[in-house]
Amino acid sequence: MSEGNANSSDALIRCESVFKIFGDQAKSLLQSSGGVVDAAKFEQAGCIVGVNNANFEVHQGELLIVMGLSGSGKSTLLRCISRLTDATAGNIYIEGEDILKMNNKQLIELRRSKMGMVFQSFALLPHKTVVENIAFPLQVKGISTKESIARAQEMIDLVSLSGRENYFPRQLSGGQQQRVGIARSLAIEPDIWFLDEPFSALDPLIRKEMQDEFLRLQGVLSKTILFVTHDFDEALRLADRIAIMKDGVIEQLDTPANIVLNPATEYVRKFTEEVPREKVLKIESVMDPYDSTETLSDFTVPHDAIIETVAEAVLTAGKPVGVINSDGETVGVLHSSKIIGILFGGRSPEVTEQSA
Amino acid sequence: MIEALKQRKYLQFILLLLVFAILCLIIAPSDSNYLWRLPPLIKQLPFIINDSVDFAMFEWMPIDVYDPDIEEYEKKPLLKEMTRVSSGFILFMIELIREILLGGVKTIVTFMGWDWATENEWARWPALPWTIVAGGVAVLGYALSGWRLALFAGLAFTYIAVFGQWEPSMQTLSFVLIAAPVSVMLGLFLGVCAFRSSKVETVLNPLLNMAQIVPHFSYLIPVMVFFGIGDHAGAIATIIFATPPMVRLVLLGLKKVPPEVGEAGLMSGCNNWQLLTKVLIPSARRDILIGVNQVIMQCLAMVVIASLIGAKGLGNDLLIALNRLRIGLALEIGVCIVLIAIVLDRLSLAWANKQTDYFADLSFKERHKHSLIFGAVFFAGVALAGLGSLIFKEGFNYLYLIPHNKGITTENFWQAGVDWIWDTFFYSLKSFNEWLIVEVLLPVKNAYLSMPVVATFALTMGIGFIVGGIRSALIIGGLLLFIALTEWWDRALITAYLVTVSVMISMTIGIVVGTLCAQHPASSRFILTYCDTFQTFPSFIYLIPVMMLFGVTDTSVLIAIVVYSTIPALRYTVEGLHAVPESLHEAGSMSGVNRLQRWLFIELPISFPHMALGVNQTVVFALSMVIIGAMIGTDDLGQLILGALSEKNGVGNGLVLGLCVAFIGLAIDQVIRTWASQRKQALGLD
Repeated sequence: MSEGNANSSDALIRCESVFKIFGDQAKSLLQSSGGVVDAAKFEQAGCIVGVNNANFEVHQGELLIVMGLSGSGKSTLLRCISRLTDATAGNIYIEGEDILKMNNKQLIELRRSKMGMVFQSFALLPHKTVVENIAFPLQVKGISTKESIARAQEMIDLVSLSGRENYFPRQLSGGQQQRVGIARSLAIEPDIWFLDEPFSALDPLIRKEMQDEFLRLQGVLSKTILFVTHDFDEALRLADRIAIMKDGVIEQLDTPANIVLNPATEYVRKFTEEVPREKVLKIESVMDPYDSTETLSDFTVPHDAIIETVAEAVLTAGKPVGVINSDGETVGVLHSSKIIGILFGGRSPEVTEQSA
Repeated sequence: MIEALKQRKYLQFILLLLVFAILCLIIAPSDSNYLWRLPPLIKQLPFIINDSVDFAMFEWMPIDVYDPDIEEYEKKPLLKEMTRVSSGFILFMIELIREILLGGVKTIVTFMGWDWATENEWARWPALPWTIVAGGVAVLGYALSGWRLALFAGLAFTYIAVFGQWEPSMQTLSFVLIAAPVSVMLGLFLGVCAFRSSKVETVLNPLLNMAQIVPHFSYLIPVMVFFGIGDHAGAIATIIFATPPMVRLVLLGLKKVPPEVGEAGLMSGCNNWQLLTKVLIPSARRDILIGVNQVIMQCLAMVVIASLIGAKGLGNDLLIALNRLRIGLALEIGVCIVLIAIVLDRLSLAWANKQTDYFADLSFKERHKHSLIFGAVFFAGVALAGLGSLIFKEGFNYLYLIPHNKGITTENFWQAGVDWIWDTFFYSLKSFNEWLIVEVLLPVKNAYLSMPVVATFALTMGIGFIVGGIRSALIIGGLLLFIALTEWWDRALITAYLVTVSVMISMTIGIVVGTLCAQHPASSRFILTYCDTFQTFPSFIYLIPVMMLFGVTDTSVLIAIVVYSTIPALRYTVEGLHAVPESLHEAGSMSGVNRLQRWLFIELPISFPHMALGVNQTVVFALSMVIIGAMIGTDDLGQLILGALSEKNGVGNGLVLGLCVAFIGLAIDQVIRTWASQRKQALGLD
């Protein structure tokens, strides 16, 4: 609320002090604790803290990634927002409406019109073919078979599965199954797209391919996305903003560059230590102010390019390189020494010995 | 010393046996000695049950019921009215199907009354010619699986018709076609309830356990009291027996559905009903359909037993044939039951495995291919029947309905075969029979009977204690105490003797043959198919061939039990051996073991827990067969249960006896299950 109206009206999803605690006496314990949850204490009482006081917003068209190791509560948070589990306390607003106060009918209506979800294990219906799986959300909504199949066919084309309409899930590879899962979640044209570790069950190569596919889709569709993963590289690659969770607490929620450059807690710092900075940072974060006396190389680089993508060109240029903004104005200068610093400095120089 | 005892289980066993032997020696056999036999303290229990059943049936909760005959309201007990209405409904449904298959007038009478039916002689429902039924089953087989199943199903039904068993077979079929769907629906409903509420599950679980282990006969008596005698009573007894496995499999299947699939359904916007019917149940489809298959099998297994309380059909005929020692006829009837069982089994399995392709672009003709073929079969059948009425002007129209026992029969052939066997092998069979009874069975039986009750308790509870600690010991003690306090302890010992002897033989055969067969993929496939096939045979069938060979003796019962209960022993041995991970075989080979060593040191220890579950199944199979064996003469609990059927106040006796049998089974189950799960945990197999 303190952020001002302009910002919060833009928020499609807003969580306010959301708690999810598993256990029989979760509610009473939470009430007596007065809003400050000590996980260890709760555990003694036989309760497990899933989500501990989550406060954040997801804006229209934003891709927010929730990152954490297993057991950190990231999937639980996602399930609270999709109300697959009921949060123990707090408010979750979607388009300004508190979904925790919705009855079953309203909830079904919300899911039928605004939400889509992709699951880690694909969760396809084993008795239905590809086209039936994709048409399923439309059919439970009451749309006629003919229309829903036609719509499902469009989705199949979108995820490049044409020709496999009549396959059963078990006849598809993991990557193909997840394409079906993606198509199914998009069939009703949701505003909010939940993805729960969608690529974790896939081979590394397929995962990369699916991430590219995902970026392509997002480029076309511009959904508001809540994406859960345990893979930090994946998070850095895809996210607009990242929320890092540990033991149910959101440790930091920020842009990838900020998380790498300014880790808020020790835990986040450990995570970001090994991350190759050149893959995350944009040029604007390392450029020097423009000085017109300098002779620049005859090519320029955009200010928001990732360092890795231009590093080679800058290093071989021999001269400093100009940085331009989207209007073509020179806003800074990039020196090769900075690039070398990013590429080779900043990491401890110890030689890691191979353990036999 | 005590430390050593705690460490070594075999020392504990030796000590236990020592105690047992001493107890056996020092306790004098005398009826007044309570260490020898406990006093029958709960002798009154059957009477109490009888009285409460009587009360519930004839006095409890009288309600006003309108009686159309005297045109007045009358007070009738609630329970009796309820059972009357439900029996009426079930009977009507059975008759309806029966008349579709065989023709008749009862359905018309239900709606129009007897008077109208007698006045209008034309109003008779015609039977479906057998050609249409056989053709229809074949088309169904074709639609579900392919021409192989079609051929088998068609030939099986033709066999039934040609051998003159059409009428009783269709009576049996109509009975199964009602009992099975009701069981399926009931099982589905209860399974879903148990899935949704863990409270229901906790209540249901022990009930299911009991329901599956209490002998079939025991159900018959209360059913008879509450529902009377007839097809409906048989159907109800069958439903009670066939529903538990369905409930179990539905629950198992629903539990196996990954939670994410349910969540995907929710996120797709399903309401509760859609989630259940479109997501959860279809996803659990395989297990549920195995349940359906189990139900069908149970129904056919009950065919003979249900005939004891008035179900018409093959079971009844089989019973009569066996009683008259017409082995050849019994064999033919038995083949019919087996054929119906296998056809229904294969059809339901094919249905389970069938995947439909809704979106293939088919023309009208292709899409309705099977209906069209059936239509053709129908008209061909009608035409054939018409033709038949021209050919067979006098006597029977063989192309319409082949009357009972007017078909081909091979009875004389089989009878001659039996006679030949008797003539040829009489002396060798007889001497084997005598040897077995006199030298083996009687001594074992006497040994069991000469155990003082205290020694039995010490032994069984001791085993329970060594295996599963104080909890198992107490459970076993409690179960056996119930039996010991009835007046049937001696009978229970005889049942126990028959079960132990046959289980030991079965397990030996099962492990030896199973191990040999498991050595080779082809032979293991063969043996598993064998098990599948023989498991579909109703248990009664096993009595026929042994009676052919050994007549009505303990030997026959014993052999029937052994044959029947070897099936699970074989299956679990093969499955257990196959479950040994490939890497262990490789590790063994690299350690240089030979075949025998591999079997002894690698395969056996690892697969033994699974085999132990096989022992468990073997015991259950043996127990159920022991009770059925009573029909051809034994002197154990089964005989008494059978006797209770014809007693006026048999309910109490029957139930208590049934509980006794069940408790024997549960006590053995307790030991084996505890041991197997401990071993599995120790080996890290769970």
